[in-house]
Amino acid sequence: MKKYTFTEKKDTRSGFGAGLSELGKSNPNVVALCADLTGSLKMDAFQKEHPDRFFQIGIAEANMMGIAAGLTIGGKIPFTGTFANFSTGRVYDQIRQSIAYSGKNVKICASHAGLTLGEDGATHQILEDIGLMKMLPHMVVINPCDYNQTKAATIAIADYNGPVYLRFGRPTIPNFTPADQKFEIGKAVMLNEGTDVTIIATGHLVWKAIEAGEALATKGISAEIINIHTIKPLDTEAILKSVLKTKCVVTAEEHQMNGGLGDSVAQFLSRNNPTPQEFVAVNDSFGESGTPDELMKKYGLDSADIVNAAEKVMKRK
Amino acid sequence: MANIDELKRLSTQVRRDIVRMVHAVASGHPGGSLGCVEYFVALYKVIMKHDPKNFTMDGKNDDLFFLSNGHISPVFYSVLARTGYFPVDELNTFRKLNSRLQGHPTTHEGLPGVRIASGSLGQGMSVAIGAALAKKLNKDNTIVYTLHGDGELQEGQIWEAAMYAAAYKVDNMICTVDYNGRQIDGDVENVLSLGNLKAKFEAFGWTVLENQKGNDIESVISHLEKAKTFVGKGKPIMILMNTEMGMGIDYMMGTHKWHGSAPNDDQLAKALLQIEETEKDY
Repeated sequence: MKKYTFTEKKDTRSGFGAGLSELGKSNPNVVALCADLTGSLKMDAFQKEHPDRFFQIGIAEANMMGIAAGLTIGGKIPFTGTFANFSTGRVYDQIRQSIAYSGKNVKICASHAGLTLGEDGATHQILEDIGLMKMLPHMVVINPCDYNQTKAATIAIADYNGPVYLRFGRPTIPNFTPADQKFEIGKAVMLNEGTDVTIIATGHLVWKAIEAGEALATKGISAEIINIHTIKPLDTEAILKSVLKTKCVVTAEEHQMNGGLGDSVAQFLSRNNPTPQEFVAVNDSFGESGTPDELMKKYGLDSADIVNAAEKVMKRK
Repeated sequence: MANIDELKRLSTQVRRDIVRMVHAVASGHPGGSLGCVEYFVALYKVIMKHDPKNFTMDGKNDDLFFLSNGHISPVFYSVLARTGYFPVDELNTFRKLNSRLQGHPTTHEGLPGVRIASGSLGQGMSVAIGAALAKKLNKDNTIVYTLHGDGELQEGQIWEAAMYAAAYKVDNMICTVDYNGRQIDGDVENVLSLGNLKAKFEAFGWTVLENQKGNDIESVISHLEKAKTFVGKGKPIMILMNTEMGMGIDYMMGTHKWHGSAPNDDQLAKALLQIEETEKDY
């Protein structure tokens, strides 16, 4: 098992804030909109540096999505910022008609996704957003794994012409990807080559997958670990290549099992190369208040759950 | 400027287009379309600075128009075609398979003249605000126009947008409400009363003009011209424009019943007797 280290834990939302600030300096067409969560989204730097290109919308997310769509008419590249819950479910029809169907170049940037939002509880812990967004035709869906990758993704999506959903979160987690690693939309990142089981993880579950890989190695199990930061378009080539070797797969995500990354992987494999699969995901349940660590354990999203799923799926080969 | 007689003749032809289009596919929304003919003719023939032959999505240095109540697509399509955005013959593809003239307007098929999909109500004002803000960033002094249904104002997003436009002084936007008093289920007053609409928009911080004669082309032009004089004065601008749903076809007026139903063969014949073919039918 390849050794991964990190010097500090950082939040992915800060990676977004840093990336947006850099874009502000490098791309004059980038504009940012926020619905009264500037501090939470770490958009303060952009706001301070480019007040003329920052739009405080107030607590009116539907209006924010419409204004973002309109700003593209005239050549702007709008980045909207609010919690994942208010970036998707609350404004689904606005995104569907004014952004997705209209083909507008809007970047929907969503923080505090999933259970790790923590103590605020289930009202704010959306676990359905990946599903909602990936169902929209031509919507790109990205869920990076740490600070560096979120920063790189933020910068990369400005160069892609079309609607993008960028999902990140609140907790501090190991920042382990190289700061200079290029972000390529739709291109999986191979973290560890292995032979016994493929673990495909996204977002906060990527580090958990690395921990699981280390635990499996002590048991003599060789796990191949893939970081899928882009759920749509899915890097099916990387997935197929891996499962042809390992013959089984575990998917891991901080999302409902219905509609998540696991669904996308299963849909592809069932049509091309049926493969035993186990899902580390929330199983048809809302979250609740608690610390992020407590919640990840209770809802079965910890590294131990990935280890158990790997051992289980290997028996199904 | 085109003379008033020419505009009236064009309006008559647009009315023919509308009823023929919806009749041909036995679906669509003639009522509101007929009521807004003068508005569209005034906007596209007199008021807006635009270049039909060289349509671009960004529309830099052109005035822009957003139709928020997308169901009145027949009048929008007819006027776009008859001002040169696309061939008039294409009107016969309305609502048919593989057409650029979808039931509700969309950018998806690349129809020149359309910059946003609309149909799900309440979204157009927000989009127009975004386009107006982009114009300000681009130092582009042209104007953004919108049209809304009165029933559409029951959508909450409209009021989010209205609040924002005033708070942030979006004063390069002229919105108009088609105040015909009718929606699918009946009179707006009975479905969900809008109360004192003028007072509401004024309280939100808008400049509000009222046009009691939204089917009088000269009145529509003069109100839009007057609205232009308020551009750049620090407030968003609203015209509450009274119209008659179904205007021009006797049996379609005075009722909400033709909001979303098409005439049959006999009804079409009756309608066409009332509106002269002034330009060639498509």
